[in-house]
Amino acid sequence: MTTDDAFDLECLGICKDFGAFRAVDDVSFRIPSGTFFSILGPSGCGKTTLMRMIAGFETPTQGDILLKGRSVLSVPPNRRNVKMVFQHLALFPMMDVYENIAYGLRCAGAGKDEIAGRVADVLTRVALPDLARRQIHQLSGGQKQRIAIARCMALNPDVLLLDEPLGALDLKLREAMKIELKLLQHQFDTTFVYITHDQSEALVMSDYVAVMNAGRFEQVGRPEELYHAPKTAFVAGFVGDSNRWSGRALEVRADGIKVETEAGLTVVATAFGDGAISAGDAVEVFVRPEFIAATRPGPDAAAPGGNTHSGTVDSVLFNGANSRVLVRSPNGTMIEADVVVTGGGNDLHEGDPVRLDWPFAQTMCFAAGGA
Amino acid sequence: MTRDAKRLSLILLFAPFALWILLLIVLPHIGMVALSLREKVAPRIYEFGFGNYIDFLNEPIYWNTLLRTASMSLLVTALALLIGFPIAYYIAKIAGRRARGALFLMCLIPLWVSDLIRAFGWILLLRQTGVISSLLVWSGMTDEGIEFLYNDAAVIVGLVYTVILFMIVPLVSTLDGMGDDMIEAGYNLGGGHLTVLRRIIIPYAMPGIVAGCIVTFMLTAGSYLTPILLGGKNSSWFTEQIYNQFITRFNWESGAAFGFLLLAFTSITVWLGLRLSGQSLANTVART
Ligand SMILES: Nc1ncnc2c1ncn2[C@@H]1O[C@H](COP(=O)(O)OP(=O)(O)OP(=O)(O)O)[C@@H](O)[C@H]1O
Ligand SMILES: [Mg+2]
Repeated sequence: MTTDDAFDLECLGICKDFGAFRAVDDVSFRIPSGTFFSILGPSGCGKTTLMRMIAGFETPTQGDILLKGRSVLSVPPNRRNVKMVFQHLALFPMMDVYENIAYGLRCAGAGKDEIAGRVADVLTRVALPDLARRQIHQLSGGQKQRIAIARCMALNPDVLLLDEPLGALDLKLREAMKIELKLLQHQFDTTFVYITHDQSEALVMSDYVAVMNAGRFEQVGRPEELYHAPKTAFVAGFVGDSNRWSGRALEVRADGIKVETEAGLTVVATAFGDGAISAGDAVEVFVRPEFIAATRPGPDAAAPGGNTHSGTVDSVLFNGANSRVLVRSPNGTMIEADVVVTGGGNDLHEGDPVRLDWPFAQTMCFAAGGA
Repeated sequence: MTRDAKRLSLILLFAPFALWILLLIVLPHIGMVALSLREKVAPRIYEFGFGNYIDFLNEPIYWNTLLRTASMSLLVTALALLIGFPIAYYIAKIAGRRARGALFLMCLIPLWVSDLIRAFGWILLLRQTGVISSLLVWSGMTDEGIEFLYNDAAVIVGLVYTVILFMIVPLVSTLDGMGDDMIEAGYNLGGGHLTVLRRIIIPYAMPGIVAGCIVTFMLTAGSYLTPILLGGKNSSWFTEQIYNQFITRFNWESGAAFGFLLLAFTSITVWLGLRLSGQSLANTVART
């Protein structure tokens, strides 16, 4: 794993300027062979620009891109062994499915029999063996998706780039395609670089996720790392749901940092990220709803190492297994907590008094506005 | 709305259209065909027969003129396509949003001037005492002025200029509908410039190409002023023959036959063209 060719794709200090505007800012990463790598970021953060540079449609202002250990900056897009599934798929409407897949093989100079064999093979692998002679407009959304992937995979690329390919699908199909994409990646055993602004897509499918913001990579890591150990406030806020409060550090203690939020809630939090926090600093505090236990007020004392607050149930957001309660604390702060709604007599209802407990360790505190 | 009311509104909507087709297209052509099938046997005495058509076949000047008109029109169409395609591609795909409108407008400017004035403009440029010839004399490249008018090249240049707009407009509208990602996908999958042009851009633009070609070909073959003014006496354009039959020779029967022959001939050419390009008329019209 120390040799260079263990990495299918490496980007070293990539920058891209459009005039005075820097769309991609000093991005470096390397992707080990055969992984599913996602780039997650809000709209306009430079994801597509980064991908277009990898595919060769844009030239980086600075930095180098290596494929299988070799720089490809001087290689034109049609010679790079990086294939791309476009946001709107870009299947060729004037050709049928067979011709769409055969196009790339023809460009590579494959013979007639070889093309027929490869097309049939790749169609079976995406589980659409009978569609070779269909016209593009006769396919369903999910089928188009798979044909677009098949068209690229027929060429055995080193890296497959996917630019929000699920964006155009409806919710139900998106859910199904998430799992399917992951399975396809296993099948082909090729490196996938997947762009998305939907954090759940990234978490479900990826081996590694890079969180991007305003042209920079904030953090690269396994999904559970990003979720449980975010390095910046942006990552904590963008990946997964959380209660987010701004406040001020009152006191740095051995077991955590005592913080008073703007609304006047006092919590003890654990420092995350690189920035050192001292008393008086502005901070941002994040608590994920699933770590907050919402119970009826009882006699048992607060557990050590935990924040305890009381409040009243403002509303119950029923969503099956993902149900939540919205709790209003005495000072008016709204706190979201996950609950199990059984339908029985013990469920929380609007207006009920409620007690909230969550551990210090799950209260993530970042220096506000810090780098 | 009740069904009767719906039907009534449909009829009312279609009535002007049907009237237009019937009165201005179907009736005159029936009249023309009927006229062309009358043979003059004695003054003011006519009988049914194919004499006018047989005359056409027996006189080489007539059918040579028709073939010449057709082949020159094809040449003009091909040139208009060759010149118009890059322009249309530039307008639709390369020019920025704002430049696009301005460029399109510039293509439209020649249409604001009448056919006659446009042809006259060319005469000013091309005649022996015209701008180009004078420039050549002034620069010392020739001693005497050169007559650029009254030859086939002048006719073709003038016609291409007149009809190229009708090639560019449908091309721009089809190329505009093609996403940039389609072209990028073409490169991404390994195609070079030529492959992308041949396998992706041109097939995608085919409906626009065919529509543009049909319109330019029909306009050229049926044009009168430009070939006469720029080609002079020896332009030998078929519309001139028709004009001569009707007006100079006062032979309406033969003029009608010629008119019908021109229509039939161009229609067959268009049909062959559609066949060869594998497009259907409905498809072409629907996509542009
Ligand atoms: N050709 C260009 N010229 C100038 N600015 C550009 C160009 N292409 C992109 N940008 C700018 O670069 C930034 C990043 O764009 P990009 O398309 O990479 O965003 P993205 O992360 O893919 O967003 P989305 O999720 O909405 O697709 C945007 O602010 C955009 O306006
Ligand atoms: Mg994008």
